[in-house]
Amino acid sequence: MNASILTLITFLPVAGAGMVTLLPKRLLPAFTLLFTLFIFLLTLHLPAHFDTARHGFQFACNLPWIATPAIHYHVGIDGLSLWLVVLVGFLAPLGVLVSWRVIDHHQREFYSLFLLQQTAMFGIFVSLDLMLYYAFWELSLIPITLLIGIFGRKNGRAAAIKFFLYAFIPSALLLVAILWLYAKTGTFDFVLLQSQMHTLATGANATGLWLASLAFLLAFAVKVPIFPLHAWLADGISEAPTAIAMILAGKLGLYSLLRFHVGLFPDQAAHIAPLMVALGVIGILYGSLLALVQTDLKRLAAYATLGALSFCVLGIYAFTAASMDGAVYQILSESVSAGAFFMLLGILYERYATYDMAQLCGIAKKLPGLATLFVITALSLIGLPILNGFVGEFMILSGSFQTHPRLASTATLGVILSAAYMLWMLQRVFYGAPSKLVAAGTQADISGRERFALWPTVALMLVMGVASVYWMRAIDATVPAFAPSFAPVSITTRISNYARMTNLR
Amino acid sequence: MTAVSPALRILPEILLTLTGVLVMVTEPLLSAKTSRKPLGIFALLGTLAAIAASAWQLHLPAGTAFFNTIQTDAFSVFFHLLIGGILLVTLLVSLNYFEGHSTYVGEFYALLLFSAVGMMLMTSAIELLMVFLGLEISSISTYILAGYRKRSAVSAEASIKYFLLGSFATAFFLYGVALCFGATGSTNIHSIATGVASGSSPLLLALALGMMLIGLGFKVSAAPFHVWTPDVYEGAPAPVVGFMSTAPKAAAFAVLLRITYTGFGTMSHIWIPLLWIMAVASMTIGNLGALTQRNVKRMLAYSSIAHAGYLLVAFTAFSADGLAAACFYTAAYAAMNVGAFAIISYLSGYDERRVHLQDYAGLAKRHPLASAAMAIFLLSLIGIPFTAGFFGKFYVFTTAMHSGLWILVTIGLLNSGLAAFYYLRFLSQLYMQPYDAAQDISEAPAQPAFVLGIAILVAAVLVLGIIPNRVLRLAQAGAATYFPCSGTNAAEVHTQPNLLR
Repeated sequence: MNASILTLITFLPVAGAGMVTLLPKRLLPAFTLLFTLFIFLLTLHLPAHFDTARHGFQFACNLPWIATPAIHYHVGIDGLSLWLVVLVGFLAPLGVLVSWRVIDHHQREFYSLFLLQQTAMFGIFVSLDLMLYYAFWELSLIPITLLIGIFGRKNGRAAAIKFFLYAFIPSALLLVAILWLYAKTGTFDFVLLQSQMHTLATGANATGLWLASLAFLLAFAVKVPIFPLHAWLADGISEAPTAIAMILAGKLGLYSLLRFHVGLFPDQAAHIAPLMVALGVIGILYGSLLALVQTDLKRLAAYATLGALSFCVLGIYAFTAASMDGAVYQILSESVSAGAFFMLLGILYERYATYDMAQLCGIAKKLPGLATLFVITALSLIGLPILNGFVGEFMILSGSFQTHPRLASTATLGVILSAAYMLWMLQRVFYGAPSKLVAAGTQADISGRERFALWPTVALMLVMGVASVYWMRAIDATVPAFAPSFAPVSITTRISNYARMTNLR
Repeated sequence: MTAVSPALRILPEILLTLTGVLVMVTEPLLSAKTSRKPLGIFALLGTLAAIAASAWQLHLPAGTAFFNTIQTDAFSVFFHLLIGGILLVTLLVSLNYFEGHSTYVGEFYALLLFSAVGMMLMTSAIELLMVFLGLEISSISTYILAGYRKRSAVSAEASIKYFLLGSFATAFFLYGVALCFGATGSTNIHSIATGVASGSSPLLLALALGMMLIGLGFKVSAAPFHVWTPDVYEGAPAPVVGFMSTAPKAAAFAVLLRITYTGFGTMSHIWIPLLWIMAVASMTIGNLGALTQRNVKRMLAYSSIAHAGYLLVAFTAFSADGLAAACFYTAAYAAMNVGAFAIISYLSGYDERRVHLQDYAGLAKRHPLASAAMAIFLLSLIGIPFTAGFFGKFYVFTTAMHSGLWILVTIGLLNSGLAAFYYLRFLSQLYMQPYDAAQDISEAPAQPAFVLGIAILVAAVLVLGIIPNRVLRLAQAGAATYFPCSGTNAAEVHTQPNLLR
């Protein structure tokens, strides 16, 4: 079971996609919901049997696949990928729930592509062979592009093409770098590569290594996205259907940065870290400032996402135990909160068919249930203590303060700004005088299906806010070791201190 | 080594020729109204026998026959199997293509068989004149096949165009052979290799090499010798295009491999840059050309130019792995391209009712299975992971990287991103556009033979993408006949004047 569970989780969605093409149309959402819930339950097997005391990869499966070139089917997870796999499992049923009524044409295509992209995401997080990893990386691109293009709003096609070009060109370079590594070492295996990297780092390969590390960095940075490569994000998110907006940004790129950029090229990463930290801080401020001036709710959410993801970049490249753990925790909590936020926006759009803030005013009176959930989610995104957003942000800021005090204190401005745009938005959309559209409308408050999607998510935000140690145990067992050995500040402050502080216990 | 009867070395060719002659002889004996299907089935059986014979040849010790003109080794067997497979599938999918439209189609089967004989000869010949014979046999048959929709002007135009330009290109090849003979005193590949290694008359040899590259470049439709491709593919019957966009290319690539790797191995400093340029030009021109096309067959024609470019990337690597990658990619490309054209031939029928992209709008509703198969072929052409196209490209670019061609690899990979657009456009036409019932054309239901052919191709695409080990081993064994110790790089080859035993 332990050796094949990851394979099972990864490839079950493909089987589901196959079944979706055969089922009658009216059963599709229900079937996909049950199917993704089942997969989510399977992913819960992982944390239940994950041994935090053990080093290296767990649930691993390493089989020779192709002899020449030497490609292995090698999957496994560690504390970094453990919760990301569970996260992918968690978000999928939510995505189905919000698509239930919205997707009213080509449902078969929608659900099969949706399941296909889930396989690709799982594959990316569990692959330990670069060729396998790249295969999934490529595979993730096509379903997402098609989903944005077909099911997006009116400019969906343009946004899809923009997304595709932004993602594909750097990943072509990524493949060049992967092939270069293979040409130099004769292996695609991540574990072997990692152990061979120091022998590879000789004078003759210095330029090659630098170029390869930059190719890796570029491909991942676009996927995150990191400022200034974020141009696809706002269009992509604002055009994409809700289920895709929830998963579009962040985790793939950030995970890959940590695992493959920092993990394979520690020296180069350490050298380029100050730049990345600076870009992270710029991203935080830039995203927040742009969010402040948006009139379209979904674009606001897109720029808020950019800000939140830039916190993770700052955390990763500050290279302290606290900041890196915080960054990984922030990936999880941001995905949950932003996921909930996008779901709520989707629900709002279902009711009013607009994201325009000028037309949406004073909703709280009409839809109190929705307003409650909205406020909690927004507060979690701001980073209010006892909610999940606080833990990650606090650890990132305090951790990076040790290595980059000036930049970290600048980044703190981002927290204030995010509170500003979120609260302002809440005030206008929910508590102002009702606009014409809202006053005239007789839209129903949040429905049972929507409650079913949102309340668990909101509950999770609270739990993640107060009991972060539960998640942090696995993360802290793995992630700080990613820091380059000569990271500027030694890892003295163990995570338990932070956990205690953030839990307010 | 025990003597192997020379006839056994060309057993597949003999079997196919006999089948072809029998089909040809029987054809006029049948009345005009009789169905020609039995002849097609007979041709199928002959093909199966030839494939079995090729597979059996693997057990023969590698060696030459007919005064050093023919050489059977793992390499030639690989291409024999490939060409035999393409022929088999083409026969399967075209078994009903002419029903009720054209008479005397017996000769169609015969021509297909003869053309395959020519191609097989090309792949096992190590004597350039024998190569030329094979080239002529296969070319002349395909010229006629291109014009086989007899009453269609476009088809006739395609045939004439192909014939005129093709014979011109063949003349180039022949001229190259003649110059080669002038420079080295032989037309045998191995003697040429010795002559080339001796370093005498390099200018003449370079000229000969250039001439042969032009001739073969035409056959594989590599830029800048690609101009004929869209016109011919547009006019020729779709099953024939599937055949002639893969099998003759495979044969021509095999010859190109023999000439460059074996014959002119020591002059690689001349042909590597040339092939480098041809590869870049083919990929870029092919993909950019395909982007602007709305005619499906023209689009796939440009895509085939681009795929010839990817193949040339593997050539340029000039290593055992590069050779194996080239062999593998030919097979992968054959599976997906024959498949794509077979589906087009089914959906648009004999009179080519569906020519433009918009004619395919929403067809997934009407033809779910055919569209699903098409989707698999298109995804493989894009190079989506877990299909033949992905692994083929991956292997090609891996070997090119091994030889340090990182600029070429970068250009190639960026190109494959560009390519995704026009394939996806076709795919989204099939699946995402509303179906126009007014355009409804009642197709004959798919025949079992056709379904079998498509099933074979789909299986091939998936097998080559997911569990390619068997085919890889054969390709690598073929490559090893050129590079005795596997993994030899180009630098070491230079020190060995005679690459073969």
